[in-house]
Amino acid sequence: MKYALFTGCAAKGACPELYQSATKVAQLLGLELTELKSAACCGAGVVGEGDPDLALAINARTFAQAEATGLPVMTICGTCQGVLSGANKRLKEDPATRERINGMLAPDGIAYGGTTEVKHLLWVLIQDVGLERLRKAVTRSLAGLRIAPFYGCYILRPSTNLGFDDPNNPTSLEMLITALGGERIDYSGRIKCCGFPLVLEQESMALAMSGDNTAEAKREGADCMVTPCPLCHMSLDIYQQRAERLRGERLDMPIFHLPQLVGLALGLSEEDLGLSRHMVSVAGAVTKLGGDSAP
Amino acid sequence: MRATFAIQKFNPETDAHPHLEPYRLDVSWRGNTVLDALFQIKHELDGSLTFRASCRSAICGSCAMVINGRERLACQTLVADEIGRHPTIEVRPLKQMRVVKDLVVEMDPFWQKIGAITPWLTPKEGLGEVVIPQDVHQRFENVDACIMCGACVSACNSLEVSPGFLGPAALAKAYRFTADPREGERSERLTRLTQEHGVWDCVRCNFCVEVCPKDVKPMEAIIRLRREALHEGLTDHLGATHITAFMKIVRHEGRLNEARMPVAMVWPNLRRLLGILPLGLAMFLKGKVPPLWQRPIPGIRQIRRLFALREKSR
Repeated sequence: MKYALFTGCAAKGACPELYQSATKVAQLLGLELTELKSAACCGAGVVGEGDPDLALAINARTFAQAEATGLPVMTICGTCQGVLSGANKRLKEDPATRERINGMLAPDGIAYGGTTEVKHLLWVLIQDVGLERLRKAVTRSLAGLRIAPFYGCYILRPSTNLGFDDPNNPTSLEMLITALGGERIDYSGRIKCCGFPLVLEQESMALAMSGDNTAEAKREGADCMVTPCPLCHMSLDIYQQRAERLRGERLDMPIFHLPQLVGLALGLSEEDLGLSRHMVSVAGAVTKLGGDSAP
Repeated sequence: MRATFAIQKFNPETDAHPHLEPYRLDVSWRGNTVLDALFQIKHELDGSLTFRASCRSAICGSCAMVINGRERLACQTLVADEIGRHPTIEVRPLKQMRVVKDLVVEMDPFWQKIGAITPWLTPKEGLGEVVIPQDVHQRFENVDACIMCGACVSACNSLEVSPGFLGPAALAKAYRFTADPREGERSERLTRLTQEHGVWDCVRCNFCVEVCPKDVKPMEAIIRLRREALHEGLTDHLGATHITAFMKIVRHEGRLNEARMPVAMVWPNLRRLLGILPLGLAMFLKGKVPPLWQRPIPGIRQIRRLFALREKSR
């Protein structure tokens, strides 16, 4: 299984542990990744707010690069997935838009033919690797670990752009947690917003959102949370202490990136998964796991 | 077809808390909607069950409620579809609004916010007959389709933490008027809408887009309002700074630099700069801060040319 890896900015910026754990897990599962090194930021919806055609052009450039390799794109960020899915749908389904955008790219000899497929690591694990294979690859079961899935908005909504999970009742993270031997926590916050888009401009709103969701997961008995989106990770992990201060309540909730949780179950070491790079220690969750990790 | 419902009942005169009441009934026809079933329950099982409904055709917007966890019109939701997905069909009132009784909620705050955006046209002075071309009308055709059912307001994640937020329905309606070429107070509207609890409170969770039964896409209307405000030079709000700073960094490096972004947001306010330093330092110690100056992505000239091209066309 070969993919063109679109890392996104966060995995190369504030969440290097995401890049590290995703590539390690891919290696272990035999996913061959060719990194799209000259791909630009997807725009995170922000460039599109300023100028929708500019965001489309930047992403069409990325799709054209992937098209040249003949590989499907794999993302490791829920926000990148949402933005790229939306852009790709428009470019594929609306020939007039594609022509207009290709016109913008033409001076550099770039043209997107509309054939690139974009899928998130979560979807690759379920669709391409398969839960059965994952289950067999588990060397350190997550049994006893109560895990609250946190999807993030962009990998679910608007569902007409994404078309993988049921946006109201998604199941992919839950199936994955079960396959890895973990216990899944059900709570309403799992499909809600982490607040990240507002964290730099209206921090108290963002902290209220991330804090509410984390506190709900905790009330429902979660030992940790897992998210397929590094922006959610930042909101839930980096800003957790500030959310605690705002609420006057201790949360102390370890937050895993999706490939970190998979990697733990596949026996990768804490060092391989970059677990020391979190703001909230994950030690409490890791010590709940039985068995030793492979070196 | 046998169906099991769990419907939230609440009578403020007698109940301390709302509770879920179970009902089992035979739904006679596969085409029956949840609204049909509510009427059947009311007629056959529980005359006290209270809900709003009128047209039964997804036109009036009266019967919006939360069905199996999501805001929908009861008249547009088939019982057969729900049974296929959930053993029990759970019906609750819209969220974020006071429950009057059972499935009926207080809509006054909703209407106050619609009223606050002056939902009527203030024509430009001396305006005669105006022909609106098709492509101009298309800009606000979908927001015109709003039936004021309140589903988006119930689902809005920003409203949950900022109750003063104008919200998706009112802002989509506001966009309808700023986009109308006959409107005479466009600038004044945009100025008001970019103040506290206006367009910049939206967190872009996309719930409103997902739940709207009429495909109004309120969030997209909010984004258009933000863009119009930017073009109008209304850049005082940090939300506007976020967009311009983000775009500047992507133009320069080809990707976002998470070390520069927070600095760009507070610059040149020294006090606010000092405010973000403790978290920045803690992140630095965990290896979470990339270098302030990164090498741009390969092919950055292509990105910069695209930015320049779009800048010229504006």
